[in-house]
Amino acid sequence: MTAGHPDAFPLTRHSVVRAIASADPEARAQAYDAIIRSYWRPVYAYIRMRWRRDPADAQDLTQEFFTRAFEKEYLARYDASKARFRTFVRTCLEAFLSKDYDAAHRRKRGGGARIESLDFARADADLAAHLRSDAGDPESWFRREWTRALFADAVARLHAECDAAGRPQAFEAFVRYDIDGPDAPVRPTYAALARDLGMSVTDVTNQLAWARRTFRAGVLDAIRAFCATDEEFRAEARDLLGATPEDAR
Amino acid sequence: MTWLSDRALGHLKSMADLPDFSATRYDIEEEIGRGGMGIVFRGRDRELAREVAVKVTTWPGADVDRLRDEARVLAALEHPGIVAVHDAGRLPDGRAYYVMAIVRGERFDERAARVTLADRLRLFDRVCDTVAFAHARGILHLDLKPANIMVGPYGDVRVLDWGLARLGSDPGRPITHMAGTEGYMAPEQARGIVDERSDVYALGAILRGLVAAESALPSRDRGSGVPATGRPLRPLHSIVMRAMAEDPTNRYADVASLAADVRRFVDGHAVDAYREPALERIARVGRTYRTAIALVFAYLAMRIVLIFWGR
Ligand SMILES: Nc1ncnc2c1ncn2[C@@H]1O[C@H](COP(=O)(O)OP(=O)(O)OP(=O)(O)O)[C@@H](O)[C@H]1O
Repeated sequence: MTAGHPDAFPLTRHSVVRAIASADPEARAQAYDAIIRSYWRPVYAYIRMRWRRDPADAQDLTQEFFTRAFEKEYLARYDASKARFRTFVRTCLEAFLSKDYDAAHRRKRGGGARIESLDFARADADLAAHLRSDAGDPESWFRREWTRALFADAVARLHAECDAAGRPQAFEAFVRYDIDGPDAPVRPTYAALARDLGMSVTDVTNQLAWARRTFRAGVLDAIRAFCATDEEFRAEARDLLGATPEDAR
Repeated sequence: MTWLSDRALGHLKSMADLPDFSATRYDIEEEIGRGGMGIVFRGRDRELAREVAVKVTTWPGADVDRLRDEARVLAALEHPGIVAVHDAGRLPDGRAYYVMAIVRGERFDERAARVTLADRLRLFDRVCDTVAFAHARGILHLDLKPANIMVGPYGDVRVLDWGLARLGSDPGRPITHMAGTEGYMAPEQARGIVDERSDVYALGAILRGLVAAESALPSRDRGSGVPATGRPLRPLHSIVMRAMAEDPTNRYADVASLAADVRRFVDGHAVDAYREPALERIARVGRTYRTAIALVFAYLAMRIVLIFWGR
């Protein structure tokens, strides 16, 4: 498996959903990388939340799920006419978990190939608060974590695009205003950003507008990559974007 | 990879959802409402320094043609009862939009609930007038209902949501979108057959609501069909029944005939849709010509007095 560098990806994105069924092993491997990148967190959160597994067990199961998915190629059986890809992954996961591969069995296999790049410690820290509050059902958790992964992916992509376009300040402004801003006690003003980044306010406005446009296109691209049909893409975009009641919390 | 907090994620989501109007002369301010095919925003036309309403399709590819059709229908219909469309176009991400005058006021049924039957029927008459105008231009609305009609502060009526509207002379075009609204949609419309009488049906359903509201008002002899105004509602019920006849051939042939019949009721004349019993007729004529009859009686009384006086 070539997984291991989730942050390294080509700037153009092909349909992941179509590529998993590709005859070309290289294309298939890349598609799996993309799936792992976007899905490991939702999968892990789901196992922790819904199946109430402890972290060590949940980590093993997460690894095992993706390893098996790759070896047995069961994600390639996806039929777009039956369900959304996101739902299909969750169904596969349910099926996998209900077979109850016990820990001993898994360990005997020697753990198989490990995907090294998964930052479980970080994921656990993020999950901890939610596990305590027990808010929301696991289903919406799965969706939420998948959305988060998708957006994080789009941020990484934006970073790469800003660098490639020679506009590092655009990314800087975006991070300060649109990523850190919502959590800051006071959101920085454009004037403050201009001062800190050594630009005029007009420049900040323009750079931010450009970054947001690029980001938005990246998000849509990412959603499209995980959809098999135009129809599904539109439904998914409608579902994932926009304010949902969950965000009000 | 950057970790996104719940709040950052919420912010990024709504930001990604906001249509990008930066290449246009409009600033998008806030969302006014969402419909089946688009989101309506309050916005500002920087060039003309005025407020506008902007309707944008929800997603690229989704309903782009339908939204454009709606804008074209609006553009073809210049009438005080129909919102004026100013501009239309496509955004860089493929979404379609159009810009229109912003409508202020309240929903038709909200206003109707607060005013007298006579005022309600006047509003209804304006709606009919607007729809008849569209029909004269060969355009059917096909989704008439109180939620799609706004009433301004001066009783000015705006018929909105021409998203299902089509050229009446376009019989071959099948209804592809989920059409009409339960309770207002003519039965034949569900089968994809429409003409002016389908809108007559929906107007009949709207009228039924107006009349029902009246029957529900507290009144001494509720249930007898005589409302607080002291006028029997049976003729109005008959108008509703004719407008909502199952078979289009039994309905009013057009909106103008429906409106004319309602006006006859308002003016105290016999309505086409109702065969009036003799007693009721006498009572109605009595009410309608109350002044004239009073004058005649006063005249006769005076004559009698004079006759006896003159003796
Ligand atoms: N020109 C306008 N000015 C002010 N508000 C408007 C204007 N046009 C539409 N609206 C409001 O925006 C909201 C959405 O309008 P839209 O026509 O898209 O929705 P709808 O009537 O629910 O449509 P649909 O039947 O297609 O779902 C409605 O609440 C409507 O009152």
